[in-house]
Amino acid sequence: MEVNEVFEKVKNLFVEELGLDADKVTMDAKLEEDLEIDSLGIVEVVMAFEDEFGIEIDDEELTDVATVGQAVNLLHSKL
Amino acid sequence: MSKRRVVVTGLGSINPLGNNVQDTWDNLVNGVSGIDHITSFDTSELPVTFAGEVKNFDANEYMGKQHARKLDRSGHLSIHATEEALKDAGLDLEERLGSNVGIVFGTGIGGIAATENAVRTYDEKGPTRVNPLAITQLMPNSSTGQVAIKFGIEGPSLTITTACAASANAVGEAKNMIENGIVDMVVTGGTESGTTPMTIAAFAQIRALSTKNDSPKEACKPFDKDRDGFVMGEGSTVLVMESEESANKRGAEIYAYVTGYGATTDAYHITAPAEGGAGAVKAMEKAIEDAEIHSSDIDYINAHGTSTPANDKNETEAIKTVLGEKAYEVVISSTKSMTGHLLGGGGAFESMASILSIKHSKVPPTINLNDPDEECDLNYTPNNAVDLSINTAMSNSFGFGGHNAVLVFKKS
Repeated sequence: MEVNEVFEKVKNLFVEELGLDADKVTMDAKLEEDLEIDSLGIVEVVMAFEDEFGIEIDDEELTDVATVGQAVNLLHSKL
Repeated sequence: MSKRRVVVTGLGSINPLGNNVQDTWDNLVNGVSGIDHITSFDTSELPVTFAGEVKNFDANEYMGKQHARKLDRSGHLSIHATEEALKDAGLDLEERLGSNVGIVFGTGIGGIAATENAVRTYDEKGPTRVNPLAITQLMPNSSTGQVAIKFGIEGPSLTITTACAASANAVGEAKNMIENGIVDMVVTGGTESGTTPMTIAAFAQIRALSTKNDSPKEACKPFDKDRDGFVMGEGSTVLVMESEESANKRGAEIYAYVTGYGATTDAYHITAPAEGGAGAVKAMEKAIEDAEIHSSDIDYINAHGTSTPANDKNETEAIKTVLGEKAYEVVISSTKSMTGHLLGGGGAFESMASILSIKHSKVPPTINLNDPDEECDLNYTPNNAVDLSINTAMSNSFGFGGHNAVLVFKKS
């Protein structure tokens, strides 16, 4: 799967599952500051990623994920 | 030090009769029932298929899906009612209310629907798929915390869970806080949205609910010979209460004074009221004493009046014990006949009904009261509202667990 395909899936999840405004979900958007996804929300996001992509994500892998783009790259590397 | 006087300066409510205070009051005095067939889930397996539901309220539309997802429905309703109450009190919603404002909310069963959903997910998909927001939705203090966050309430916060007396206890404890100078203002009230297939089944198992499935609007008939149980309801009602000095300083309009609070415990049985309503009698007496009035000063009683055989009989007996001969003259009504039982949200709703009765000099009726029980022989304002100049109103709330909370409100 191409990176932009992963991004589209991620964006769709954010809009459909979390109720986020589609315009706000860009590769550069910061999860906490721009999208108001707090520590509880991150857990939800991870669950949604795991279900959507059929993968498992460990907590340690999330340490460096602060933007949508970083999440997309992490997912892309695991597919 | 003399106690400070406590006033009500703001009201907000969303309940089966209306999504704001004005619509609610109009329907109350017109004797409209807010009870109907349940629409929010399939009832085909259930012994009871009707309840008082909040209508035309979409939380996603009201607060946006991203925020709505974080709360249980009881939380959505409490935010909505609080917003109305704060606006009504003339407070600026853009400003944080700060540390001189407290919050005391009551709820019976908190986010029970969130609990049920999480258990269902656990059973179907296992522990790694349980909603990470489950705890923050289901904890009974969820609404208290979310309302505090939304409006910046930084003073003391309490969540009271004394079943169907919860929000009456909340109003009473808020009164104590203000009277004793702990804070100048308290946002208080209650919320409940506990009508689920499981709770209906469980309440029905103990024969607490009316089973008049064919006639939901006529099912809740407090003090009537044909009454057969209470009707589940949902809703949130919020009061802004403050010291008289604080209200005057702000130039806020005063609805009424909160002058009496009496709280007791039956210590008798977990669901049944004590014989003759002994605990209720003591709570009424304590509220009257706290208000520094005589029982004969009471013009209107908003009864607990659940429409269960046991409550209505025992509450009637308790009123007679407290008021003596005057019990036959005092005007009583049960607004639950129209809303159903709002459980932990009931005491706050009925406080609002009492306050509005004082303000409008009008008593909402007890609807569906056509054939009074011989053991219920007082004036319950059957079927039609009455005009009445009210100086003092009393509101009774009693909960499973044997909790009794009685409040007294005065015009001035």
